[in-house]
Amino acid sequence: MTLKSLAMAASMMAFGTAALGDTHDDAVRVGMITTLSGGGAGLGIDVRDGFMLAIAQSGLENIEVIIEDDQRRPDVAVRLSDEMIQSHDVDVMTGIIWSNLAMAVIPSAVAQDVIYLSPNAGPSQLAGRGCHPNYFNVAWQNDALHEAAGAYANSQGYTNSFILAPNYPAGQDALTGYKRMYEGGLAGELFTELGQTDYASEIAQIRASGADSVFFFLPGGMGIAFVKQFADSGVDIPLIGPAFSFDQGILQAVGADALGIVNTSQWNRDIDNPTNAAFVESFQGEYGRLPSLYASQGFDTANLLISALAVADPSDGDAFRAALAAADFDSTRGDFAFGPNQHPIQDIYVREVIQDGDVFTNRIIGVALEDHGDVYATECSF
Amino acid sequence: MSLILFAEQVLNGLQLGVMLFLMAAGLTLVFGVMGLINLAHGSLFMIGAFAAAAVAGATGSFLLALMAALAAAAAAGALVELVVIRRLYNRDHLDQVLATFALILIFSEGTRWVFGSFPLFLNIPDYLAGPVTLPGGIQYPFYRLTLILIGLAVALGLFLLISRTRLGIQIRAGENDREMIAALGINISGLYTIVFALGAALAGLAGALVGAIQSVQVGMGEPVLILAFVVIVIGGIGSIKGALIGSILVGLTDTLGGLLLPELFRQFMDSSAASSAGSALASMLIYILMAAVLIVRPTGLFGAKA
Repeated sequence: MTLKSLAMAASMMAFGTAALGDTHDDAVRVGMITTLSGGGAGLGIDVRDGFMLAIAQSGLENIEVIIEDDQRRPDVAVRLSDEMIQSHDVDVMTGIIWSNLAMAVIPSAVAQDVIYLSPNAGPSQLAGRGCHPNYFNVAWQNDALHEAAGAYANSQGYTNSFILAPNYPAGQDALTGYKRMYEGGLAGELFTELGQTDYASEIAQIRASGADSVFFFLPGGMGIAFVKQFADSGVDIPLIGPAFSFDQGILQAVGADALGIVNTSQWNRDIDNPTNAAFVESFQGEYGRLPSLYASQGFDTANLLISALAVADPSDGDAFRAALAAADFDSTRGDFAFGPNQHPIQDIYVREVIQDGDVFTNRIIGVALEDHGDVYATECSF
Repeated sequence: MSLILFAEQVLNGLQLGVMLFLMAAGLTLVFGVMGLINLAHGSLFMIGAFAAAAVAGATGSFLLALMAALAAAAAAGALVELVVIRRLYNRDHLDQVLATFALILIFSEGTRWVFGSFPLFLNIPDYLAGPVTLPGGIQYPFYRLTLILIGLAVALGLFLLISRTRLGIQIRAGENDREMIAALGINISGLYTIVFALGAALAGLAGALVGAIQSVQVGMGEPVLILAFVVIVIGGIGSIKGALIGSILVGLTDTLGGLLLPELFRQFMDSSAASSAGSALASMLIYILMAAVLIVRPTGLFGAKA
């Protein structure tokens, strides 16, 4: 075979694959509604950046992503969702961060034959009786990280925890999740106000309760305030919480007060697999900051979508859903599979806040729960 | 419940109260003197906190950070007064609410544009960190104790300013009769700018002081603004004394209610349900207080008779 014919064969193969990639004649439309302004914008921005990074890396040009800001308001999210489904004719939707917005948008979207891939919110209602064949959660069911915290508390021999969370559905789920796994007694149980920023009163009660540990679910700014005030109060007992108060976006704002605090997460940047290493490096290169767990969730969501698009077209509903349910993609978390309710079955890790140079970050110190699904799966039947 | 816990909660209520006072004082002055409802007062609180975080990050000095917060908030206040607020004095309250609400959005997105979407770091300086032991064995954070003292000092300073200085006389006269003091040759627009900048500086100071123990992020001012409005309605619009009494009442009610109500419910409910119901009712308590005050005294505790 001459060099010329070899080159010819190679170029024909190139044409061949190009033709194969072209079988979807029109683009797949993805509608992303997420929080890009207001107090919770950091989470939405991370999800969006992680998602778009994976789309860019795939090199696919037939995916069109329409991004809109829900301002963390359910009414805005519903309006945007109607617009995306009715005027933009999207095939797939994703992006919502907050459970109350998810409850407003997802049930009606999936009923209109749109596939929904949740990159964050995992309310129990949608994992149990409200599950739907068109709804996939790529992050976690809401309870998962709290259950892991309960399991970790047992492993440390804590027998008298003080637990607190904001008084709203996800906060109540958090305490339920912790208590489901935790075997010890409770020194106290408190519901705070959503958005509360001063915890002097709660910390005084913790001090007076004689607890041996504190479990708290206070996402975002609430967590920053609590950790700083707790550190300054002189109460010297260990804190445990889910990763939402210790993600990469807010750790720098807490500073040294967070050092050594144990938290639970399904992802961390030191999970040892090639996908994760490449993700952390390319995210940092592209955006100039370390990725958070939200960014990893956005990245995984996009890669799940890309893996399914390689097998089936969204117009072929059953085949496309089967391709998504197979979860045949390389997750940044390593092992990843969907349970019967299309929520993740995955390991939940125990992390510790450390200082790396002048950056505060987490490192994994153990596994809290292996191949963990959720208790609501048994209530789900399609 | 021990006496120590109760005493600690009283201090916490007092601390919340004096920080609310710093917000409410500016709000009530602006409303009293200029008749203006300023929803953007919370944004000035945020500007103070961001300025403090930026300067503390660059210089490492908390005192410089506080001064920067005062200066930045006062400058932002004066600028807003000159450019926007000035055009609103003769419009009705609905127009003022609309315009100042727009200012909230502009300030929030502007801050995000400059500082990004992630919360900033601002911490207590080392010399104020950690708890101190008070008489009776109460362990209390030194920083919060300092906040109480700063708040009370500012309140005293404001009283002296209003009651003993020429500027104070002009402010009080402005509250009573705007046209008259203009007719007497007082530069009323200059006075308005000064009052607005003063209120803004107090809000900025509160933002910086509170930012060190909370989180410095976009939108941090709005929850405080709502409480500050409750305070000035309780205290009587335009009255500094009312703002001080109102803030301390709100601070104590909020803190002690959150402690005592769940405790009360625990006498006849199981613990989870009691904390859920108790904290739900506790979060309503200050509004119930406001309603009760308005029934007894429709213009607030120290409000001018309508």
